[in-house]
Amino acid sequence: MKKIYYFDNNATTRVHDEVKKEMEPFFTKLYGNPSSMHFFGGQVQKYVDESRKKISLLLGCLPEEIIFTSCGTESDSTAIYSALKVNPDKKHIITSAVEHPAVINLCKHLETQGYSVTYLNVNEDGMIDINDLKSAIRPDTAVVSIMWANNETGVIFPVEEIADICHEKGVLFHTDAVQAAGKIDIDLSKNKIDMLSISGHKLHSPKGIGVLFVRKGVKFAPFLLGGHQERGRRAGTENVPYIVGLGKASEIALANMQKENDYVRKLREKLERGLVEKIPNTRINGLKSPRLPNTLSISFGFVEGESIIMLLSEKGICASTGSACSSGSLEPSHVLMAMKIPFTHAQGTVRFSLSIYNTEEEVDYILKVMPDVIKRLREISAFNDETPQFENAKDIHH
Amino acid sequence: MWNYTDKVMEHFKNPKNVGEIKDADAVGEVGSIVCGDALKLTLKIDPQSHKIIDAKFKTFGCASAIASSSALTEMIKGKTLEEASKITNQNIAEYLGGLPDEKMHCSVMGMEALEAAIDNYNTKKGGKRIIGEQEKIICKCFNVSEKTILKAIELNNLKTVDEVTHFTKAGGGCGQCKGEIEKILKDFWASKIKMNFSDMTVVEKIKIIEKILNDDINPKLKADGGFLELVDIDNNKIKVKFLGACSVCKSADTTFKEVVEKELKSKINGDIEIVLV
Repeated sequence: MKKIYYFDNNATTRVHDEVKKEMEPFFTKLYGNPSSMHFFGGQVQKYVDESRKKISLLLGCLPEEIIFTSCGTESDSTAIYSALKVNPDKKHIITSAVEHPAVINLCKHLETQGYSVTYLNVNEDGMIDINDLKSAIRPDTAVVSIMWANNETGVIFPVEEIADICHEKGVLFHTDAVQAAGKIDIDLSKNKIDMLSISGHKLHSPKGIGVLFVRKGVKFAPFLLGGHQERGRRAGTENVPYIVGLGKASEIALANMQKENDYVRKLREKLERGLVEKIPNTRINGLKSPRLPNTLSISFGFVEGESIIMLLSEKGICASTGSACSSGSLEPSHVLMAMKIPFTHAQGTVRFSLSIYNTEEEVDYILKVMPDVIKRLREISAFNDETPQFENAKDIHH
Repeated sequence: MWNYTDKVMEHFKNPKNVGEIKDADAVGEVGSIVCGDALKLTLKIDPQSHKIIDAKFKTFGCASAIASSSALTEMIKGKTLEEASKITNQNIAEYLGGLPDEKMHCSVMGMEALEAAIDNYNTKKGGKRIIGEQEKIICKCFNVSEKTILKAIELNNLKTVDEVTHFTKAGGGCGQCKGEIEKILKDFWASKIKMNFSDMTVVEKIKIIEKILNDDINPKLKADGGFLELVDIDNNKIKVKFLGACSVCKSADTTFKEVVEKELKSKINGDIEIVLV
């Protein structure tokens, strides 16, 4: 089997060995239902509680403020629908133009259901303007939902400051922290965030488990109705093995966060510097904004993203693209469009997202392979710096 | 991840005929960087035989766009312009062992570049596919004209808006033109039946009439407990018969005029005669 160079950790991550080991007994030995009256099911409850405790330590919240869900998307939907249900007379939502589809497509749907939505713009470095938020809040604003860190660019938003503003105006604030958890020091005891979503598979636990934090005292309406699980806030039998897995992953993330961030940042910086030095006409997206240490969004002028990814894939390198063609949609990503990245570059954007499992040798390998990949595609490309219509495109930094 | 054929991957990884012929006899350019793909085709043509002696391409786009361009150049080399002009996007896709549905527009781009190059050679005017006043733009995001959409519908037998998007990209951006595409589809297929009815075989005629009866007429009559049956076809004369409650209904004449005649004439054409037996 050819070696895999996995640089797509914002898409999903490898499950940590210790996480897998911790989960194993819950498939064939401790498989009872925690809601059962008998000892066999009942004994499982304490593992769910322990996991809840571990996750609460990662987030700096109370264990009872944690609701287990099936994924980040469910957490986002639950939070936004809850905010709307508990404020039946408020019909306005504020979000950003660069949210994950889990939020942005829900908002677009809600626009067809009688709600109005304000999408806050970002500047060319992918950052929102707090003043835009302040002036967007209306008396009928039910909820503000802004992600903690962007999945494509890694740009980190000032969500704690946003939470203060919302709190002052009496508006609920939700944040999608799916990319932030395990990478940013989250302490919910020190800020005023009302609701927060995380997803297990972005921090080395399996796909299919998520968490919604709902601050104690915040009015809440459940999304899934049925049994009394999660104290009536999320019906459905607990996914015990995955809950246990996420608990363990949170424990590991908390213990190693600083060390891992330093390690991953060093690799990212080497990759970023190397690519910019070796390849002309590139652009780092979100360069002037605070960014996640593991994410690099880089655009290569006059080539198209899917072809880059396909050639990299031939070499065993897994990355992703913000360009259109790979995803089935035809336009470049809404994030790059919102940042007004020129078309000459937006189409040729690649996202490398790293994790603790990447090594310096792997970065060296990418730096060796990448210049040739871009050179080949530029030789085929119908456009280049000299194409007359692109004279204006030359003032791109780098 | 796309399910590309080995042939697509081969033409993507080792494309044939990359480059630009310096003193080209014909140039065809389609697409733009905004659209996400673009192709510049240059040809060397023998003035006596009108054969394409050499073809080169430069393409900005995804793997299947590059593969389609490479395939196109291989397919047209050695052909006369007359022969080359018969190549359709289907031929390009077939040459590559097929393309994913969502990527068919790459093959259409190849066909259009070839068309533009042949136009350029014949008229010595412009190398770019010029979308002038006479061509109505339907999709503003990707600059797709009504002409391009109609041609793709006809060549590829497209029936839904999604299919049109896959083949031409029209409607794949903001989506505002989807209603217009739907109308183009509806009008195209309606006119298709109208144009050809008198040339159809009896079996084809029966099938179309039965379909209109089943889809558009009988569901309306069913509410009153009746239905309409096709009895015979004689050239453009269609004989039908009311059955069930309709056969004894006093207002059957009105129903015949308002529903049966109207539907059949609008769906087939105004020249047909409908006779109640």
